[in-house]
Amino acid sequence: MMRLELVKRPQRSALFSMLSPFIAFALTIIAGAIMFALLGVNPLNAFKIYFIEPISQVWQLHELAIKAAPLILIAVGLSVCYKANIWNIGAEGQFIFGAIFGSIIPVLFPQFEGPLVLPLMLLLGMVGGAAYAAIPALLKTRFNTNEILTSLMLVYVAQLFLDWLVRGPWRDPQGHGFPQTIQFGDSAVLPELMPDAGRANWGFVFALVAAVLIWILMGRMLKGFEVRVLGSSPRAGRFAGFGLNRMVFFAFLLSGALAGLAGISEVSGAIGQLQPVISPGYGFTAIIVAFLGRLNPLGIVAAGLVLALTYLGGEAVQSALGISDKVARVFQGMLLFFVLGCDTLIHYRIRLIGLALTKQEAPAKLEAAPKLKEAR
Amino acid sequence: MDITVNILLTIATAATPLLIAAIGELVVERSGVLNLGVEGMMVMGAVGGFGAGYLTGSPWVGLLAAIAVGALFSLLFAVMTLSLATNQVATGLSLTLLGLGLSGMMGTRFVGQPGVRLPNLDIPGLSSIPVVGRLLFGQDPVFYISIALTAAVMWFLFKTRTGLTLRSIGDSHTSAHALGIKVIRYRYLAVIFGGACAGLAGGHLSLVYTPQWVENMSAGRGWIALALVVFASWRPWRVLAGAYIFGAVWIGQLHAQAFGIPVPSQMLSSLPYLATVVVLVLISRNKRLTMMNTPASLGQPFVPDR
Repeated sequence: MMRLELVKRPQRSALFSMLSPFIAFALTIIAGAIMFALLGVNPLNAFKIYFIEPISQVWQLHELAIKAAPLILIAVGLSVCYKANIWNIGAEGQFIFGAIFGSIIPVLFPQFEGPLVLPLMLLLGMVGGAAYAAIPALLKTRFNTNEILTSLMLVYVAQLFLDWLVRGPWRDPQGHGFPQTIQFGDSAVLPELMPDAGRANWGFVFALVAAVLIWILMGRMLKGFEVRVLGSSPRAGRFAGFGLNRMVFFAFLLSGALAGLAGISEVSGAIGQLQPVISPGYGFTAIIVAFLGRLNPLGIVAAGLVLALTYLGGEAVQSALGISDKVARVFQGMLLFFVLGCDTLIHYRIRLIGLALTKQEAPAKLEAAPKLKEAR
Repeated sequence: MDITVNILLTIATAATPLLIAAIGELVVERSGVLNLGVEGMMVMGAVGGFGAGYLTGSPWVGLLAAIAVGALFSLLFAVMTLSLATNQVATGLSLTLLGLGLSGMMGTRFVGQPGVRLPNLDIPGLSSIPVVGRLLFGQDPVFYISIALTAAVMWFLFKTRTGLTLRSIGDSHTSAHALGIKVIRYRYLAVIFGGACAGLAGGHLSLVYTPQWVENMSAGRGWIALALVVFASWRPWRVLAGAYIFGAVWIGQLHAQAFGIPVPSQMLSSLPYLATVVVLVLISRNKRLTMMNTPASLGQPFVPDR
């Protein structure tokens, strides 16, 4: 039997820390090639359609930015959670609640116009996301409830709540029965950055600003240090006087607010109204973005662009080759798997031990055996 | 009377996949491994089971395929977390994400196709006894498997030496390793067992519960199964009770929707998820009790020193 053996490195390898996302990406490409071949498609052709063609024109880069913005916004928030060893996996629900809260103004008060509308909407979006994230935080700190399960369950609840809103009280009376709200007024629409070149809106700028701010927070401020200490050793954090419960709230509210901002930006910028489904799973894909970006805000920007490309590529192969666009989900899942696997290389060397060892290494093992016994 | 029997039967059908998946995960967690990929393995089992049943025309082949697919898929998780010592939470999540994507891709050609259904048990004479006949002798085969599985796991964990060893690994892998127990090997087997169970649960969904393939048809049941294990404080018979309570909630909200109760259907649909949150809060409120019941090395990676 072949066996893997991990040998702990004396210290974490800086080389593999940098290389591992790239190795993971290369492995994903190889696995993807095999998958395309199994589907009966020429892998080279498929990759050209998947990864090159969707970003070969300027307007397409704008589409990339539209998809990347929510991923980056959510993922930088999640990176703070995961660094603190707090597992918020309900960002999808916080995204939806941000979108709902932010839409209160354009849906319920469409006559309210002016330059104040948009800032208020964004603020409400952040409040909505943070409020929804506060539920698992409260349950965890107050009742010791597992935040993974509660935050995830609340995603289903949020999806159903949005579904009810757009089919029920918030439905556009002039919408011919379609389950959607009224179109947002002009002052409630997030402006496009360069309307002549493409559709990308201010959401992408928010994402970049958030990434830089979180980068400063994590690297340059005491709060960031607190996050890291509590994440790697809660005991040490307690001795330093850092409160774990306060940290749970901080991480959840921050990531919830960013997910909420992503939600309202998406609705106000890319969609223009509320619909039963407003996200192709951004909240879950952002988990992959966070890990692929090594939980580092600047890495997350790059990772967000890569994952946004997997969405565009999925749509491209669907229309060009007739393969289900679920292929994007598969790529994303594989990528996360390989990233996690490659991360092992940072802390461990991997040795393959096969049957062949009986010939050469067997004497060495025999010699080592008595020593082992002595050591025990 | 007939209505009561019918409701009880549907509750059992709704509870069975939850029970099977949760019992599998219970064994995994008792060995100290937290596999958050239940939802992914379940949906893979569902698509694998439906596909094999649809292509061969035999629901039994479908059921076996569901088990095999679930086990194979969990092997991926096992290699990552056990051989490569990756973070179990993140790896489990990625297993779920990958499973949802892969099943969606594999299942595109099955959408809208008529499936095959496992026939209910029919013992001449016994099954036609009024009331109890159908409850005891007239259900689908997976129901009986689920009950037998629960009893078997109870016996295995608490009455056998191997079960004791497995529990000891879950409580302290370092001590178990020092005693010469093959921690990694036990955990591999536990994870694969959990995967086979999740696959079987998925197969029940697409071969018994609703014999068709619908994307994401597990609808959060894998996550509810995970919550059930916590709710049950890692005890098999409590998993059984919990699964039936949740089955009742699931069926109750469906009946309420059918009766046209003046409450939005979305609110009723969200009841099982809200119930999960409430139940988790109630059960974990007592911090000391939770600490005592949780396998002590749950979720921690283990690299044997040599």
